[in-house]
Amino acid sequence: MSINLTINNKVITAPDGATILEAAQAAGIEIPTLCHHPDLTDVGACRMCVVSVEGARALQTACTTPAGEGMVVNTMSDAAVASRKFTLEMLLTDHPNECMTCEVAGDCELQDLVYDYQVPWPDHNGKRHQWELDPDPNPFIFIDRNKCIVCGRCIRACNEIQNRDIWSFAYRGFETKLVAGADQLMLDAGCESCGACVAYCPVGALQDKMSLGLGRVNQVEKVRTTCSFCGVGCNFDLNVRNDKITKVTSAQDAPVNGMALCVKGRYGYDFVHHPDRLTRPMVRAKWLDPATVAERVKNGEWAVFTEAQQRRASLTHQRASGNGHSASDHRSPAIPQSAILPDTFVQTDWDTALDTVAGKFTQVKKDYGGDAFAVLASAKCTNEENYIFNKFTRQMLATHSIDHCARL
Amino acid sequence: MTNSIQDIAEESQCIFIIGSNTTENHPVIGTKIRRAKRHRGAKLIVADPRRIDIADYADLHLRHKPGTDIALLNGLMHVILRENWQDDDFIRERTENFEDVKAIVEKYTPEVASEITGVPAEDIVLAATMMAENRPGALLYAMGITQHTTGVANVMSCANLQMMLGNIGVPGSGVNPLRGQNNVQGACDMGGLPNVFPGYQRVTDPAAREKFEKAWGVGLPDYMGLTVTEMMDAAEAGDVRCLYIIGENPMTSEPNLNHTRHSLQKTEFIVLQELFFSETAQFADVIFPAAAFAEKEGSFTNTERRAQRVRKAVNPPGEARLDHEIVIQLAKRMLALGATALDPEAPYADWEYRSIIDVEEEINALTPIYAGVTWERMEAGEALHWPVLGPDHPGTPILHVSKFSRGLGRFAAVDHVPPDELPDDDYPLMLTTGRVIYHWHAGEMTHRAAGLEAMYPEALVEIHPRDAARAGIDADGMMKVASRRGEIIAKAQITDRVEPGLIFTTFHFAESAANFLTNPALDPVAKIPEYKVCAVKVEKA
Ligand code: SF4
Ligand code: SF4
Ligand code: SF4
Ligand code: FES
Repeated sequence: MSINLTINNKVITAPDGATILEAAQAAGIEIPTLCHHPDLTDVGACRMCVVSVEGARALQTACTTPAGEGMVVNTMSDAAVASRKFTLEMLLTDHPNECMTCEVAGDCELQDLVYDYQVPWPDHNGKRHQWELDPDPNPFIFIDRNKCIVCGRCIRACNEIQNRDIWSFAYRGFETKLVAGADQLMLDAGCESCGACVAYCPVGALQDKMSLGLGRVNQVEKVRTTCSFCGVGCNFDLNVRNDKITKVTSAQDAPVNGMALCVKGRYGYDFVHHPDRLTRPMVRAKWLDPATVAERVKNGEWAVFTEAQQRRASLTHQRASGNGHSASDHRSPAIPQSAILPDTFVQTDWDTALDTVAGKFTQVKKDYGGDAFAVLASAKCTNEENYIFNKFTRQMLATHSIDHCARL
Repeated sequence: MTNSIQDIAEESQCIFIIGSNTTENHPVIGTKIRRAKRHRGAKLIVADPRRIDIADYADLHLRHKPGTDIALLNGLMHVILRENWQDDDFIRERTENFEDVKAIVEKYTPEVASEITGVPAEDIVLAATMMAENRPGALLYAMGITQHTTGVANVMSCANLQMMLGNIGVPGSGVNPLRGQNNVQGACDMGGLPNVFPGYQRVTDPAAREKFEKAWGVGLPDYMGLTVTEMMDAAEAGDVRCLYIIGENPMTSEPNLNHTRHSLQKTEFIVLQELFFSETAQFADVIFPAAAFAEKEGSFTNTERRAQRVRKAVNPPGEARLDHEIVIQLAKRMLALGATALDPEAPYADWEYRSIIDVEEEINALTPIYAGVTWERMEAGEALHWPVLGPDHPGTPILHVSKFSRGLGRFAAVDHVPPDELPDDDYPLMLTTGRVIYHWHAGEMTHRAAGLEAMYPEALVEIHPRDAARAGIDADGMMKVASRRGEIIAKAQITDRVEPGLIFTTFHFAESAANFLTNPALDPVAKIPEYKVCAVKVEKA
């Protein structure tokens, strides 16, 4: 079933049940919106999408009004445009004039509409909200209620996408406030820190705390990839600036998950740049020629990975000494740098490390055959890498003893 | 999974979750199920010993004792058959061996099942009724089903139930294991298993072996390799001399860590390829610094058999290298040392890959289920479900549509067998293990993600108020948990998420990992350790 209507003098066919907004969008006609998002139910809260419908006494909100047979719609009537300008002006009267430093400038639906409709900054001495910045200790979500335009998208994202029902509007009139639970801290209200509310906020009222100041949308490159934590296979965009991940943004067209992500996928990426990352190959001194080790360490080509460095880089130790890199980790090592014992880890060059392993593997294979080898492949590595591990084990090491933690 | 996440979320009338803490371990699937329940009115039944988050959304929570899954499932099937709710057409046309299951579930009356599982008999009847009245229904499970000495039998039992209800091969149905690690599916698909080549071609099948011998230009062993747990035993016995560990941390993931430590100490030569100096690193002879996901090009295959691209966003730090490049370098150097003689005529014998795309083409050529998972299609944004049998094949979101891959679906009669180790006078409590949303596995990555670590900074043990009071353990006080194999000290979280007699903890924290305690008894077929049940005692620490 379909219906025919006219929008801006263009005859359009739309599926039965489509709203005026959907009919217009399908025909390539733009209608501005703020509280609407295609993933969420429409509530008609912001009145940005108002249009003139012939025969109707008042302007209609396109996002909630069903398209009707024979309807004649004008999206750019003088009344509609004036109404939108008024709506935007009202929003600006209670909005901080901070676009210069705002995190989401360039990625803000309000900013875009104010630009499109050329609404001047309202100089008024009326009341503007002065909410406390970042009032919630949630490590991932930064709240700036002064920028909230009361569109309710976060509320619906949490209800409809995440099904957690954390957000709501409390109090009345000018006191209206977006609150978590019964005006509680987010975590106390049961928030899962999935970040969906942030992802759906059209302005800078909810932001990703880990990303503040690291780069605005025009300063980053977005790289679509697949999450490295669980097996759901969510896709998202890594935002990158200066060879560093600044943020994860979700993508509506992600095949499995759409905009939804969990706390790990959205906010668990910083391990990639952690200072504990291993950056040089290492071989225990007993597998190397002692004279070479002494000489190369002395001339600085190689280095000893000291016990103290090992402790600093090891989670068990970090945790035992009270989490993270505490001051006590940095006391001087018990064994001086120069002492090279058989078990000392020496940071070598790649050729040395690879040749050591290739040599040992070749020798063991000649002496004992393939049964002397076992390989643990990785459920964290890619398909292509795992294929290579499988080929290496079977073809080069002559064994089928390859497994991974599939069972665990 | 036999079905896709989307068809379950959108079309299932009844979602039955057993042995999966979905909200914490597969969070986005958890949100989609909550959505199906709340916005579409699908029925939701959760069977789990703990009051996990998803149970709060369920129409019915069956709180069965750990290790009694078969008794519960047989009880459900008993009711279905008693009420004549089975799908006779499906059973007749698509399956075999039904009579065996019918015979065995005969004795699992709701009362008998209730006696074993601790679930009220009327709830078993109610659950069976809900499943019968709301079809198609999907069954989802995870490690709560597999990490038992009866893991394989548990899975068969899940399949029995779904076949009996005719819940196979249509949207919204199926038997759906939720795989843990991001690419555990892909690692299995690509031959990271001791019994199969890529694409589940068996190493003991002469035809498969010949195919790979011809492709790789070398003779291959005709017997299966060792599983992880067997590798540890062989290493301890001195039979395995070289262990090459790539991106794994057996010092936190293996059952019975004291045994694992001993095995690693005894191994002559251990090569570790890792992002961090892990617990396993202490035992390594050589450590290669590897690249993280954000530094790689390639693909991961998710739990619904769907391959998607992984793309390089940043460079690896320092001199860290891509995992496959390290292995390719080793292979070339070993060839130069004469480690292996390869037939130069064989099409895929050499290690001269120009790029990852060459590897992909080799996979496409040798792995029938990935034949059509080409680089071009992935690059174009196609997220295909295998089997993808050729470049034009559309992929297979739902398995077993008109027939099972083996022909007829086989009912397998399985009986309840108690877990290997049950509480007794010396170790009076039962320990079960799992994960929390903020951490991943041994926590190599998540402990180094500042926000996640802030959310869940230390190991917690869930214990019921009654048991805590008996042992004099205070809320947030430290407690000692001991089993026959080891002990840990961790903070108590007093909660009725667990029932009296049961405690729960995770293996995210190396210094107090559950695996010092767990029982390494294996499922005889799948060789999966019984992580979900062992006997422990607790005291105030
Ligand atoms: S982070 Fe997620 S769970 Fe928390 S309030 Fe936002 S949408 Fe809701
Ligand atoms: S916080 Fe953002 S999404 Fe929520 S109501 Fe305010 S402007 Fe809208
Ligand atoms: S974002 Fe969360 S649910 Fe999605 S794949 Fe990553 S860990 Fe899994
Ligand atoms: S977009 Fe229609 S009222 Fe807000």
